Amino acid sequence: MRKVHVRNFKIRKFHVDEEVRNFYNGIFIDLGELAIFTGKVVKQFFQPPFEYKELIKQGYLIGNKSFSLISVTGFIMGLVLTMQMNPILSNFGAQTLLPGVIAVAMVRELGPVIAGLICAGKISSGIGAEIAAMSVTEQIDAMEVSGTKPLGFVVATRVLAATVVVPILVIFADAFSFLGAYLAINVFENMSITLFVNSAFDMLSFKDLIPATIKTFFFGFFIGLIGCYKGYNARSGTESVGYAANSAVVSSSLTVFVIDLIFVLIINIL
Amino acid sequence: MEQEKVIIVKDLYKSFLDKHVLRGINLTLHRGENLGIMGKSGIGKSVLTKCIVRLIEPDAGEINVLGTNVLRCNEAELNEIRKKVGYLFQGGALYDSMSVRENLLFPIRRTQFVDKKREAEKLVESSLRSVGLLDAIDKMPSELSGGMKKRIALARTLILRPEIILYDEPTTGLDAVTSGEISELIVKIREEYNTASIIITHDTKCVKIATDNIKIMQDGVFVAEGTYEELSRSSEKGIRDYFM
Repeated sequence: MRKVHVRNFKIRKFHVDEEVRNFYNGIFIDLGELAIFTGKVVKQFFQPPFEYKELIKQGYLIGNKSFSLISVTGFIMGLVLTMQMNPILSNFGAQTLLPGVIAVAMVRELGPVIAGLICAGKISSGIGAEIAAMSVTEQIDAMEVSGTKPLGFVVATRVLAATVVVPILVIFADAFSFLGAYLAINVFENMSITLFVNSAFDMLSFKDLIPATIKTFFFGFFIGLIGCYKGYNARSGTESVGYAANSAVVSSSLTVFVIDLIFVLIINIL
Repeated sequence: MEQEKVIIVKDLYKSFLDKHVLRGINLTLHRGENLGIMGKSGIGKSVLTKCIVRLIEPDAGEINVLGTNVLRCNEAELNEIRKKVGYLFQGGALYDSMSVRENLLFPIRRTQFVDKKREAEKLVESSLRSVGLLDAIDKMPSELSGGMKKRIALARTLILRPEIILYDEPTTGLDAVTSGEISELIVKIREEYNTASIIITHDTKCVKIATDNIKIMQDGVFVAEGTYEELSRSSEKGIRDYFM
């Protein structure tokens, strides 16, 4: 009996090792393929014919789809953050700093990251599912086989649109969070909008604004790119559409955090 | 005088993991010829045509299309070859976010086949007229029946005036009458545009109407070749069964 147990343990251990190895191999293969895909997509940005119409259409669709969710989330974030911070700052008699603290927190970190995550969920999954469905129904193959370069029409336009639209959505998220914060402050005390805006912007500097804005372009680029990559590489079968959408959300959400971390490290070094 | 060879496939091999799909395929297609390929489902007929246009990379072998070795050419050369080879997919593969007109204009615009919009519109109309569906020009793919989708897809294939057309089961999922119409359309297109075609099908009526020669694929190789009359009267029951 004991011998059997030992043998089973060894077999099990071997399987675990193999699974772990396959998992890490999979990650590196995926990263390599994503890098090649990125190169091909970036090349398409500069190759005619340029699809301005499709770019505007995709930009509108991406922005329009996410605007309401982004604004509501931004508004609630501002409201909740203010209601949570107010008692803490009151203890130190520093209530007047509240608009500035909220502004810095939202503009530097919370606004871009929360909006980035929402866009990862909404935009990346949408793009992933749409392109996967095109792939499964051989529409991508049909474009490929007629020499129409689907990477330029389908992928490059969506990636560019996401790169441009996500920073705009982040600005809206920040603006709505300010509105939420202003309303929350007025629950506790009376503050004019002018005073609120002045206090908020007094604490903000270009050092806060510029890196925060730059990173949102990277968020947008990778959210669009990962959605396209997952969709483009979907295998046949309807379940691959769901899988593409799901893995696009997971990978792009993770990428948002990684980009944020890289930016924080760079800013700290500088 | 021997007809020009537009496709030459030599010793083509393709495996998916441990499944050997193509095991040394040899094939020659002449200009103006309609070649039918028959075989059981999942045997690799579509894999062969997809290898010809390099939608699938073969493991070994040689594929020569219109004088170019497609396995050795670069992306730009491959795109040029692809413009001359039309491919009709099994499900039609119409772009469902575009109307019929946009579906047909898309390859013209992307490949800059003609410069002027008016010429492009003329091409769209003439292609739709060829398949008898000019009325459907402003419809969306979701508004079309299965047969109409196949015809529109065929019109889109014709729009770049290909020299070769690869038909992947053009009559699958259609009723007998519509299948017959599609088969006759394939013949009409050959006459009108002087195309050479490979037609993958299980439809005996389609091979009878639309093909000059037929090859039977089994276990990754061609096991028989001949005209419809020759193969349907073959002494081997396994071959005759395809025409029952």
